Amino acid sequence: MKQPKVGLFVTCLVDLFRPNVGFSAVELLERAGCDVSVPPAQTCCGQPAYNSGDRADTRAIAELVIAAFEKFDFVVAPSGSCAAMLKKHYPELFAGDDQWEERCKQFSDKVFELVSFLTDVVFLQDLPARYDGTVTYHDSCSGLRELGIARQPRKLLNMVEGVEIKEMKDPDVCCGFGGTFCVKYADISNEIVGQKTADIENTGADLLLAGDLGCLMNMAGKLQREGKATEVRHIAELLAGRLDGPSIGGRK
Amino acid sequence: MKNTTPQFKSNAAEALADQQLQKALGNVRVGFIEKRQIVADALPEFEALRDNARDIKNHTLAHLDLYLEAYCEKVEESGGHVHWAQTAQDARSIVLDICRKANARTVTKGKSMISEEIAINDFLEEQGIEPVETDLGEYIIQLRGEAPSHIIAPAVHVLKEQIEEDFRAEHSHLKADRNLDEPETLLDEARTVLRQKFLDADVGITGANFLVAETGTSVIVTNEGNGDLTQTLPKVHIVLASIEKITPTLEDVSQILRVLARSATGQEMSVYTTFSTGPRREQDVDGPQEYHVVLLDNGRTNMIGTEFQDMLRCIRCGACMNHCPVYHAVGGHAYGWVYPGPMGAVLTPSLEGVEKGGNLPNASTFCGRCESVCPMRIPLPKMMRHWREREFERGLNPTVQRWGLKSWAWFAKRPRLYALGSRLAMASIALLGGRKGRLSALPLAGGWTKYRDLPAPEGKTFQQQWQSSRGAKS
Repeated sequence: MKQPKVGLFVTCLVDLFRPNVGFSAVELLERAGCDVSVPPAQTCCGQPAYNSGDRADTRAIAELVIAAFEKFDFVVAPSGSCAAMLKKHYPELFAGDDQWEERCKQFSDKVFELVSFLTDVVFLQDLPARYDGTVTYHDSCSGLRELGIARQPRKLLNMVEGVEIKEMKDPDVCCGFGGTFCVKYADISNEIVGQKTADIENTGADLLLAGDLGCLMNMAGKLQREGKATEVRHIAELLAGRLDGPSIGGRK
Repeated sequence: MKNTTPQFKSNAAEALADQQLQKALGNVRVGFIEKRQIVADALPEFEALRDNARDIKNHTLAHLDLYLEAYCEKVEESGGHVHWAQTAQDARSIVLDICRKANARTVTKGKSMISEEIAINDFLEEQGIEPVETDLGEYIIQLRGEAPSHIIAPAVHVLKEQIEEDFRAEHSHLKADRNLDEPETLLDEARTVLRQKFLDADVGITGANFLVAETGTSVIVTNEGNGDLTQTLPKVHIVLASIEKITPTLEDVSQILRVLARSATGQEMSVYTTFSTGPRREQDVDGPQEYHVVLLDNGRTNMIGTEFQDMLRCIRCGACMNHCPVYHAVGGHAYGWVYPGPMGAVLTPSLEGVEKGGNLPNASTFCGRCESVCPMRIPLPKMMRHWREREFERGLNPTVQRWGLKSWAWFAKRPRLYALGSRLAMASIALLGGRKGRLSALPLAGGWTKYRDLPAPEGKTFQQQWQSSRGAKS
């Protein structure tokens, strides 16, 4: 098989808050034999506009993303939520549009979330990582329910030497982030994330992992506000063995 | 009932602070979900049945006019009467008219969400007719002067101790020292009190889970048997139903029944599934002398042909709210009108207008758990998003939100400026975070930092680091 050309859709939160996740993604993709590029003309997938009912801006952003990424064999994002936006929701935006419908379909078919791409498409076999400790994994909603990602991250975690996985109660229940929901309905979001942090703490795990930075920042922020010691990282950071820097919201 | 949906946020804040309510909601989070999962897993064809149920309703909605006409003909053939009610007011007048003709003083009622939608109880009371709820949950909230907080478990927000208090206050003719510690003793007491009401009633009102076009039959599913007594003992039976309850054949009903109870309560079938067709015939040993069906539209035909048509597939099982993290947090009353949870978040703006109901489709994380369990495969998050689009188009959402969104989008459409701006912004926030690596407050981010810290950014953006080290390659 020729070396697949992968365009990395960094996602806005990783770009802004947690570049280490982007570099971890590049490392994992290259390890799996991909030729990775990062188009500079990317900002966001458009979800903030899409979920606020602003179709026109969403579409304008989607057109930019498609134009920047359609030349690659695959488009990979370290986020189930952004990948689902590109893969499942973009086609809805262009349905019935002569000029864009087919073009969008071609693009969306090539989009994958990072972890499931590694296991299901390029069959990553070995990992550079070692972690001596217990981890718990939260299934972020979009990845889980729109893309069917649940087995893949656990499969890769089991390939990490030294790691012990402790499942939390209801790992498939929302953490209360929901994009702008968490600030528009802060009281309700707080109640939901409070349930989640209690479930996380009950596992006794010293590291919380997930595949979506929005959810991770929400849970990390709540754990830290509650004074809990659980560290929080994106799963790609552990899989790539890039654990030297501070955890999410951790001391620098 | 009065619509307090516009005050959803303050309703929710009150609900979150209500400790009794929070204790009661703890029961929703476990029971319903586990039970549904067990029966769904036990039935290999469950997923295929869901597809089937969806297809049956889609077909029905595509030919709704034909099936409604066919149904009406069959009802008339069997000696019943069909009354068309375009609005809630029409439905109330029709019911009152029937009650007046029967000289009714007492009306017993089986559980019916349509009766809540048209607020029939308050109306009948104003007219001097006593409505008596006979479903245990409905009976409890009627005593409390409350509305249902869940479409199949109306009193799920009430604790056992509160029910005991209500019963002692209401049933003051019974011995004061009687034991009401157990759910069974509470149930027995309600049974005893209600028995006489069943016998006294002049009119019985039930809802309908299905209206069968091929036979003119109305179908109700219950667990207490109260529905049967409500519809067979009085001399008049009124079925209150909305038009989308139409189902073409008995075979179709039997298909949908297989997903209904499983999704709702985790039962394979409800304890009672009761079919009624017309009034008592000569050879029948019991049954009403008159059989009326009030068919309510109340805004539903306006949903046909729009992106909200799929909502009319809903069979009111409650699975969406049982699995909803927002419903778990605030309960049903916070939603402010008849229908709570995800189905309410779509239906309320459809029936009451998005000006009133706009909060509800916004108050969702789009976690998608509702859609994943909906037996009719209704794309609930997608329809909530459509309501947000309608709001946005009409400029109904708050100005600050619109401006925030518009200025963000302006940058998001201009990658070079976005890169420049985001570098500056992240560098400053990282500075504010200092060595601690997080912020406990940040201007304009109060919604976030009220309850959580904000993890500080690394400092340089990914693009900034990448383009300077490896960027030449791409």
